[in-house]
Amino acid sequence: MATDTLSNQGHAHGHDHDHHDDHHDTAGTKIFGFWVYLMSDLVIFGSLFATYAVLLRGTAGGPTPGEIFDLPLILISTFLLLISSFTYGMAVLAMNAGRVVQVQKWLIITFLLGAGFIGLELYEFQHLIHEGFGPDRSGFLSAFFTLVGTHGLHVTFGLIWILVMLIQLKKQGLTEVTRPRIMCLSLFWHFLDIVWICVFSFVYLMGVL
Amino acid sequence: MFGKLSLEAIPTDPIVLTTIVAIVLGGGALTAAITYFKKWGYLWTEWITSVDHKKLGIMYFIVALVMLLRGFADAIMMRSQLAMASAGAEGFLPPSHYDQIFTAHGVIMIFFVAMPMVIGLMNLVVPLQIGARDVAFPFLNNLSFWLFAAGVVLVNVSLFVGEFAKTGWLAYAPLSGLDYSPGVGVDYWIWALQISGIGTTLTGINFFVTILKMRTKGMTMFRMPIFTWTSLCANVLIIASFPILTATIALLTLDRYLGMNFFTTDLGGNMMMYVNLIWAWGHPEVYILILPAFGVFSEVIATFAKKRLFGYNTMVWATVAITILSFVVWLHHFFTMGAGADVNAFFGIMTMIIAIPTGVKIFNWLFTMYRGRLEFTSPVLWTLGFIITFTLGGMTGVMLSVPAANFVLHNSLFVIAHFHNVIIGGVVFGMLAGLTYWFPKAFGFTLNEKWGKRSFWCWFIGFYVAFTPLYVLAFFGAVRRMQSYSNPEWQPLMIVAWVGALIIAAGIACTLIQFYVSIRDRKQNQDVTGDPWDGRTLEWATSSPAPFYNFAHLPEVHGVDGFWEAKKANGGVPPISEPPYQDIHMPKNTWEGPIIALFATIFGFALVWHIWWLAIVGGIGMFATFMARIFNDDVDYYVPAAEVERIEREHRQRLKQKGDLAHSTRLETQS
Amino acid sequence: MRRKKYLRVLSPLVLVSLALLLTGCDSALMDPKGQVGEEQRTLILTAFGLMQIVVIPVIVMTLVFAWRYRRSNRNATYRPDWHHSNKIEVVVWFVPCVIIAFLAVLTWYTSHSLDPHKPIEPTAEQQEPMEIQAVSLDWKWLFIYPEQGIATVNELAFPEDTPVRFRVSSGSVMNAFFIPQLGSQIYAMAGMDNDVHLVADEQGVYPGRSTNYSGAGFSDMTFDAHVGSQEDFEAWVTEVRESSESLTFPEEYYDLAAPSEDAEIQYFSEVSPSLYESIIKSFQAGGDHEARVSEFADSYAEGFGHGSAHSDDESAESHGKPMSAEAAE
Repeated sequence: MATDTLSNQGHAHGHDHDHHDDHHDTAGTKIFGFWVYLMSDLVIFGSLFATYAVLLRGTAGGPTPGEIFDLPLILISTFLLLISSFTYGMAVLAMNAGRVVQVQKWLIITFLLGAGFIGLELYEFQHLIHEGFGPDRSGFLSAFFTLVGTHGLHVTFGLIWILVMLIQLKKQGLTEVTRPRIMCLSLFWHFLDIVWICVFSFVYLMGVL
Repeated sequence: MFGKLSLEAIPTDPIVLTTIVAIVLGGGALTAAITYFKKWGYLWTEWITSVDHKKLGIMYFIVALVMLLRGFADAIMMRSQLAMASAGAEGFLPPSHYDQIFTAHGVIMIFFVAMPMVIGLMNLVVPLQIGARDVAFPFLNNLSFWLFAAGVVLVNVSLFVGEFAKTGWLAYAPLSGLDYSPGVGVDYWIWALQISGIGTTLTGINFFVTILKMRTKGMTMFRMPIFTWTSLCANVLIIASFPILTATIALLTLDRYLGMNFFTTDLGGNMMMYVNLIWAWGHPEVYILILPAFGVFSEVIATFAKKRLFGYNTMVWATVAITILSFVVWLHHFFTMGAGADVNAFFGIMTMIIAIPTGVKIFNWLFTMYRGRLEFTSPVLWTLGFIITFTLGGMTGVMLSVPAANFVLHNSLFVIAHFHNVIIGGVVFGMLAGLTYWFPKAFGFTLNEKWGKRSFWCWFIGFYVAFTPLYVLAFFGAVRRMQSYSNPEWQPLMIVAWVGALIIAAGIACTLIQFYVSIRDRKQNQDVTGDPWDGRTLEWATSSPAPFYNFAHLPEVHGVDGFWEAKKANGGVPPISEPPYQDIHMPKNTWEGPIIALFATIFGFALVWHIWWLAIVGGIGMFATFMARIFNDDVDYYVPAAEVERIEREHRQRLKQKGDLAHSTRLETQS
Repeated sequence: MRRKKYLRVLSPLVLVSLALLLTGCDSALMDPKGQVGEEQRTLILTAFGLMQIVVIPVIVMTLVFAWRYRRSNRNATYRPDWHHSNKIEVVVWFVPCVIIAFLAVLTWYTSHSLDPHKPIEPTAEQQEPMEIQAVSLDWKWLFIYPEQGIATVNELAFPEDTPVRFRVSSGSVMNAFFIPQLGSQIYAMAGMDNDVHLVADEQGVYPGRSTNYSGAGFSDMTFDAHVGSQEDFEAWVTEVRESSESLTFPEEYYDLAAPSEDAEIQYFSEVSPSLYESIIKSFQAGGDHEARVSEFADSYAEGFGHGSAHSDDESAESHGKPMSAEAAE
């Protein structure tokens, strides 16, 4: 997201760097900007959570949360995402150690775990729709599909971003351009993990209990 | 192939047809002129792809002024209709047309006039005030503008192809749902607001980071100019509230496109959720508009009173208090929903509490004038007009915030009069004051004062003539959004209100004449000093128009009103930047911003008309262009020191030519 | 010179607005005909008056300061660096705080005393309360008299000095039920049971309308409330009962609910029992709206009976929904 053009000092066009009195910490600015973006994204999730809470009782004769959630399946996908956060952490550690190949390796593992998560989510959705419990069935199901689906959409963007980073790492290695991007993606990935823990607790656990 | 789109979508209404013909002819003439004078390349390299915050600011303002004309045309039509449609008369606008007009008027004035004026002014001024060379994310800034422009295009296309929403500017569900609004109007509303709203969120993030991270040396938070402070708070509000709008519109979209049941009347939907969500965004939104206007008045009054702003710290804390409080008052927009007395009382009291910091601000402006040397320039007139008008508007606002009083005033013309009272008296006056005040910084010459003052008096008087009758009519039971009324006693006041709208129209005409006269006389009104008002803040420390890199040397500040202090320390004249210069690191122009927005426009239009293949083209186009941006490493460059020196030398020469004269007048005003 | 310019412009404005305000004195809101409306008028005038404590000084100070400290007035004190005064700060915070504190107390008190849901306790001169159910349709008002077993479109009648509980709902989009001269309005929302308690102290015909925009026919969504003596009201009920029209749920109701603009006044001598509840429940039905309504109509005819006690329970339950506004946080 954050494509700060002022930050790309890695491509000094044959200039030295000692002549700039004006340089702020551009990588820091970029990561800070991404933080702020995440906060605004959090507001979107907040709105969706609030909507879910209000529409929870709007089942309109359709299924209630307890009737449709398959907790074991959700537990598996939760663990996939939690482990992927760990593996992304390993990628960042490898980046700090300057090992490109390690970074790529961990990113690929993260990608596979994330893809597994998305696969399970698609399976769950497809299953529900097949049962006749699609998002148009009731206010509750609309809110459920939208909240979980929005998270899933974010994870999907994260997956695309991992692919982009893999390509850029292959082309450029660890540079002033790719490092902050990997850090931003790290924030994004952990952020989605935290959101998922909220989804898991508020939607699935409380729905089944 | 074309979804719901067919030739029948072109309206045949004579009013609309005339507009279409006029716009096609005008647009054609403009295109032909640009082609004839071979200006496309210039437009592309100097404006469309520019990441320069000053140029983006100017473009925001130009679009806002054009949209002001359209939004105001809607206003005149509404007032004319109501001046006519009394006691059984139907007027000249049937409900199907009138309902679109009041919806379009609200949407255009808030999203496509007030917002771009505020954001445009922030673009123009904030980086200069904090002594930065650009914003934190210049590409995103360009993208924000073009996404906003995409929204503008969609709203205007709705005039020619199809229809606009007939729901009121906030498109309350369930009226905006598929069951009650099956046409494409609401879809235009959805995509225009969604696309431009994302641009606004990006702007919010961008300026928040810019202000926090890019301030020049010595510019601590409590030395920031008040306009920067109010912009900071407005951006916090954007970051925290626009995502709610994005989510709400997305949910409405899902209702309309995928048959979901968020806000439907049946199947477990909850329309009150819509009303709550939209106002949870909507109330902060009004502070997004008014806070920067407060900032403008603070700058204007201090500059032209030749006196430091009274109670700087109080001003800052009052702004922060308003920012926080604005999130806990949204329910006052629908006390009549029937929430319990405790809930209503809570939100009513929170709303009144906002009046305290606002009142304090007003007193601070008054005590800035006190023992000052106030020059009655047009920005000062706007400010004085604002203080009076806004105080009255605040008063009617507090009246509305008392739930038990609101039960009879809600939905009446009192509400209409109130929010025009604060939006015209606050935002419009503020933006026009800001426009006059910072115009020389953008263009290097001042605006004509005579026409500026005429514009002020027309707006000021026109406002009272147009809206006082509406306050009164509310007490007779007249409500908003009615296309006709049966009570003939209302007509005289409706006609007075119509006259008021005409007086405001004269004010807008004065502004247009002001531009024409000022551009014609730009040689006489030229400002070579970069500091035509003997300003106090850093934007006046550089030449006008500011060079694209803003400052040859980044300034250092040692207190509030940094530039004023620097001038004082330098014997009353501004310190001039001298060689040696250094290379300056700057962002390159971007083609990706406008192209992403172009695809976004196509995407939005296709979804409005259910042309799915075209929506996919738009979506892939946006994604591919964004990827192109990600993989584009050639995004910045260095301005060689020699180039900086050449530009600065020219500036110094111009100063020298006129310098002696300017210098002597300055000394005179200093004494 | 400048001062004259200000005065010249301002004085006619002040005059015009004063004249406008004076004409406002016999307006609907300033000439209320019921106790709710009267209290609201007092409240509006009190709030207005209180705020003059700040508004008038601000306007006067604006004009005086601007004039006195004009650039050309070299006699006025000029202190360019004066920017802080604890005394002034204290005053400018204190005065608004006191006014708002006073208004806040007033707000808390009136929010409860004028709560639309709060029943009006009949005084010695007043009669026992009655209930009228108002349903907004596209684009007309359906008024149901459960105690009389009749219904009307776009015409309302009730006796003076009788507290009326209006239960308000919608068969379509959101509207608001409002009789300006009697006081409070309240939203009409589909599937929800809202209410407002009003009373008329004087006989007369009071115009009412929907105040919340609801689509093409909104402007004509008006009705008259005829307030007469108890005898007048009974005569009116008899007149309605003579009508040959009936309003059964769902068939005839859905015919009536079809969109129409500038609808005629209609009387229905016979009404399905629990029509109001059936309309509300038709939105909470779930599943296909049209298909389920008849099913619900049956169950409600049995389940709800006709007693007002029963419907009171029901409304207490469904009140939870309008109040859920705060849940959106």
